[in-house]
Amino acid sequence: MIRVELPVGLRVLANLDREVTLEVPPPVTPRAILDALEDRYPVLRGAIRDLITERRRPLVRFYACRQDLSHQPLDTLLPDAVASGEEPFLVIGAIAGG
Amino acid sequence: MSGVRVLVGTRKGAFVLTADGKRDQWKVDGPFFSGWEIYHLKGSPADPNRIYASQSSSWFGQQVQRSNDGGKTWEPTGKDFRYDGTPGTHQWYDGTPHPWEFKRVWHFEPGLKDPDHVYAGIEDAAIFESKDGGASWTELPGLRDHRTGPQWSPGAGGMCLHTIVIDPKNPKRLYVAISAAGAFRSDDGGQSWKTITKGLHSKYIPDPTAEVGHCVHRIALHKSRPDVLFMQKHWDVMRSDNAGDQWHEISGNLPTDFGFVIDVHAHEPETVFVVPITSDQEHFPPEGKLRVFRSKSGGNEWEPLTKGLPQKDCYVNVLRDAMAVDGLDDCGVYFGTTGGQVYASANGGDTWAPIVRDLPAVLSVEVQTLP
Repeated sequence: MIRVELPVGLRVLANLDREVTLEVPPPVTPRAILDALEDRYPVLRGAIRDLITERRRPLVRFYACRQDLSHQPLDTLLPDAVASGEEPFLVIGAIAGG
Repeated sequence: MSGVRVLVGTRKGAFVLTADGKRDQWKVDGPFFSGWEIYHLKGSPADPNRIYASQSSSWFGQQVQRSNDGGKTWEPTGKDFRYDGTPGTHQWYDGTPHPWEFKRVWHFEPGLKDPDHVYAGIEDAAIFESKDGGASWTELPGLRDHRTGPQWSPGAGGMCLHTIVIDPKNPKRLYVAISAAGAFRSDDGGQSWKTITKGLHSKYIPDPTAEVGHCVHRIALHKSRPDVLFMQKHWDVMRSDNAGDQWHEISGNLPTDFGFVIDVHAHEPETVFVVPITSDQEHFPPEGKLRVFRSKSGGNEWEPLTKGLPQKDCYVNVLRDAMAVDGLDDCGVYFGTTGGQVYASANGGDTWAPIVRDLPAVLSVEVQTLP
């Protein structure tokens, strides 16, 4: 199982706890995780990736295993620790604004 | 006894305030969608339990929420605001062409007869329509494709279509206002549009009487006389007696003719309310006194309404969608401030009291008169 942590704005939106667990078949990539997340919670579609361009929204970041993966291609293979569920995949709302 | 429901959008969530017809005891529900900017909520005139809410975030984009039980519960609905065709360009701050880009929904205007019919005014300025309760949205591209479109440019708050008014006697007639393009009218349900800016004078654009470029903040009308329009512009309070074909100034004795809100008494078509605000940079009430001004003569002669409102050290703003009137016999008037207060008057503005004092900054106030 993949563990995904979401920022509070998205948890409010989807009425979720802090961490979500998802079945994601290999290869485990950010795109595969986001596809699975949006399939289960359609309200999140467009909130992490732009609805039209499917690009990561500018004030959203992806972290895992102490690495910023935000600027990697969405099809980048994630570390084994994320694929095994040992470490979560973090979706972060950038620290900005009031 | 009938009652009222006040729908309040704030920088950090939505609130629903309810009272019976006396309007002296209030129940406050919320925040809904906590932490999200709620630019606007509005109920359907055909079914007051149907409410639409614009939920947006700089981080997470646009959501549209819909309630079928008067705001007790909400469900997300369609949020795909895709411009029709290739949207082209408008003018950017530096004068260069800039592509139209969807940013957020500023205003919902539900149709008069069908709760599933609703218009949306968005930034960058365009009008969309849904006929299935918000599940899907279709642009009415005749507005954005207006021959002046490439000349439109954003105001400091963005290039937003923030006002949509439906003629209650002729629902095919629509008015919209855009900052900072001006005002437009459609007589065919939004298919085609004409500018309605004759008589407007804006000293902040190179040609003060240009066809477009005016920063219109709000337009209001009375349902019994829909050809008479009142406008609060970025400076100047204006009136038109012919559906916007010609405007004339009615600022009269106001302490400043800048402001954002304007509304009309529910039963007196010549009674108009504004909240003067000092501009350009300050955007707070003159002399630190929060005053609603009322004209009972359709403009020009204004009286300050101060009872119950702070008359010193008050430096809040009242934004363009943050005033509304109810339809009870003794007309209620409501407005919200960037300081988080929502004030109500149950007697046409004679006296005021806060319903709540400490909400997040208020972006919009709408009121529903309940049977």
